[in-house]
Amino acid sequence: MPYTEPVESANGRIREVTVGAGESSVAIGGAAALPFHWFDGEAPRRPMIAMEVFDATPAEWAPALTGALGDVMSDPATWARANVEQHGADMVCVQLASTDPNGADATPQDAAAVVRAVADAVRVPVVVYGCGNAERDADVLKKVAETVTDTVLAIGPATEDNYKAVTAAALGYGHVVVAETPIDVNMAKQLNILITQMGLDADRIIVDPSTGAVGYGVEYGYTVMERLRLAALVQNDDMTQMPMICNLGKEVWRSKEARASEQDEPAWGDAAKRGVLWEATTAITLAVGGADVLVMRHPDAVAVVRKALSGLTA
Amino acid sequence: MALTGLDIFKQLPKTNCGDCGVPTCLAFAMKLAQGGAELSQCPHVSEEAAAALSDAAAPPMRAVTVGTGDAAFTVGEETVLFRHDKTFVHPCAIGPRIDSGTSDDEIAAAVATTKAAAFERVQQHLACGFAAVRSTADAARFAAVAADVAEKSGLPLVLMAEDPEHMSAALDAVGPSRPLIHAATEANAEAMIALASEHSCPLAVRASGLDAVAALTEKAAAAGLKELVIDSAPESAAAALRDHVFARRAALKQKFAPLGYPVITFPGDHADGDPMLETVYAAVDVAKYGSIIVLSGAEPWRMLPLLVLRQNVYTDPQRPMRAEAKVYEIGAPGPDSPFLVTTNFSLTYFIVSSEIEASKIPAYLGVVDAEGLSVLTAWAAGKFVPERIAKFVNDSAIAENVSHHDIIIPGAVAQISGELAEELEAWNVLVGPYEAADIPAFLKARAG
Ligand code: SF4
Repeated sequence: MPYTEPVESANGRIREVTVGAGESSVAIGGAAALPFHWFDGEAPRRPMIAMEVFDATPAEWAPALTGALGDVMSDPATWARANVEQHGADMVCVQLASTDPNGADATPQDAAAVVRAVADAVRVPVVVYGCGNAERDADVLKKVAETVTDTVLAIGPATEDNYKAVTAAALGYGHVVVAETPIDVNMAKQLNILITQMGLDADRIIVDPSTGAVGYGVEYGYTVMERLRLAALVQNDDMTQMPMICNLGKEVWRSKEARASEQDEPAWGDAAKRGVLWEATTAITLAVGGADVLVMRHPDAVAVVRKALSGLTA
Repeated sequence: MALTGLDIFKQLPKTNCGDCGVPTCLAFAMKLAQGGAELSQCPHVSEEAAAALSDAAAPPMRAVTVGTGDAAFTVGEETVLFRHDKTFVHPCAIGPRIDSGTSDDEIAAAVATTKAAAFERVQQHLACGFAAVRSTADAARFAAVAADVAEKSGLPLVLMAEDPEHMSAALDAVGPSRPLIHAATEANAEAMIALASEHSCPLAVRASGLDAVAALTEKAAAAGLKELVIDSAPESAAAALRDHVFARRAALKQKFAPLGYPVITFPGDHADGDPMLETVYAAVDVAKYGSIIVLSGAEPWRMLPLLVLRQNVYTDPQRPMRAEAKVYEIGAPGPDSPFLVTTNFSLTYFIVSSEIEASKIPAYLGVVDAEGLSVLTAWAAGKFVPERIAKFVNDSAIAENVSHHDIIIPGAVAQISGELAEELEAWNVLVGPYEAADIPAFLKARAG
């Protein structure tokens, strides 16, 4: 029996979203094939890695993590520069964790100053995540959007509860919106519809479908992304054709498996390698599911995932 | 491939004798096609017809069993490309490769590492599925190491050698344990197929590209072998993914029988000796169609993420995994430690327990059987309600373990606190945070 290669070409294509400024701007998405299915159709680029910086020195991080990052963590601009110059980050992701009203309660002005400093420090695009409190994020992201206007930021999360304010900020100052929904195909689609109805171009939206780490629900995010990708490529459903971002660093490094020392869990082996692999296996699984941007934390995880992303791209 | 009633009818005697309990051969054929009868219920069907029917009824991807007894594993029989269509059937087996040319001490250490990589998670035992032994010295050494590894590991073997004489020597030593033979190639196919037949062992075929692989599986199938595994010797990680996707599509969508077999992968072949990169490629194989994944080592820091990922990918997307319903001790709780309750949805349990752990405040966590649903869903479905929680508390020994009577319920079900207080008269019902992420702050605030 003769064998014919079962190539499946797509009916749709993932949109291309451009972030950053001028010659250092970066396009994401754009594929007309499932992730790494270069044999089916055009896959113009591998997923990008956005390395995290925090607006205040994070407390209680695993030693394997703080040791690898070194003493850059007290200054977001220095940290961002190290991410790009030493660790080869394609983008920087500013996590405005300290704006949480139940935490350090930093002001929108503080947050905007941090993003300004980071954007000035690096020549790669900047993604900005608020603390996750919908109301506060609306205020913070508005301030960030109006303060940093010389580069296209990706700002989020825009959720069901605050998408109007976040979208308005993006519309007003030319930024891209990160639209976050809780692991659900229809909700992701619905939020895209609501945001575009406000007049934002569909190619200025990146979808954050929410995710967990390996062992903490990675399969839910993975499957929702696969379903969104199939809807985009096979059914040519235009409200599912946005590129996707996975904010996975915080999920991974919350898990016991990434954090526990070898003394605490002798049966789990070397803590440094285990932590790096927890992040790297989570990231690659989500990339295979359909992530176009991976928000990552540990430099060694970034290095190994970048190698794998290139290796999987013909 | 599913057979139609008509396909089956053609093979029946067409005498309508009724001995099968159904008045006509056609009615029997229809019943058979729907799975409502067994072919053996017709005493008159010819042997040739029975063979033809069982071949035609073979699943689009064959099952392959490696090993014998409790340690044996089965792979193959997959029916879909995406896990949301239907649960993947047989979790892939993952294990290390051990070279026969290394020293006895190194081999003993590798076996010890392999055995030590075993973890309990959500009531499942996660461990290496096999040990692969590769011939890198002479035939006698290969046989001796194979026997030694089989005995000490208790695991099914994958035997890797290109020289049939080496394979024959090892099979004489461990053949009855049904190792997977790796591999029949274009150069040695006749001899390897003969060995697989002689020892009744599953056989992997290895050739460059799926075309060449298909030619080899057809040869092996013609010799009567059914349990085959395919290895397309991909030259890169990108080519490996392509071949895995093409083989699965060819088997399921084109019903192309010569590729309807499980796939064996060697992610280290593309990793330049870097075990971290190898593990990341292995994660890709877990998601995308590797059935037997051979690694260069089985250290716990890489087996844990891979085995947990496998558990995740192979769960039923419709029926989430459940944690065992009981009171868990987190840290080393004492009589003053807080007592929280949540549901037995495995993800809920993992997240809540890891947040409690992160707080560094030892606690008791009561995991109530809510049929595997998350807190809000379970409450809405009537599975995480005051009666159930009260029964759980009363059936447990928690009242004897703590000196206080505070029970902390998830903030998402604050509305049940009054009713629960009525059910649990001796207890004070406290409402905890809505989000698990706020548990550490909540516990620290309580601890003052
Ligand atoms: S027993 Fe066999 S031959 Fe007789 S009616 Fe049934 S199917 Fe037909």
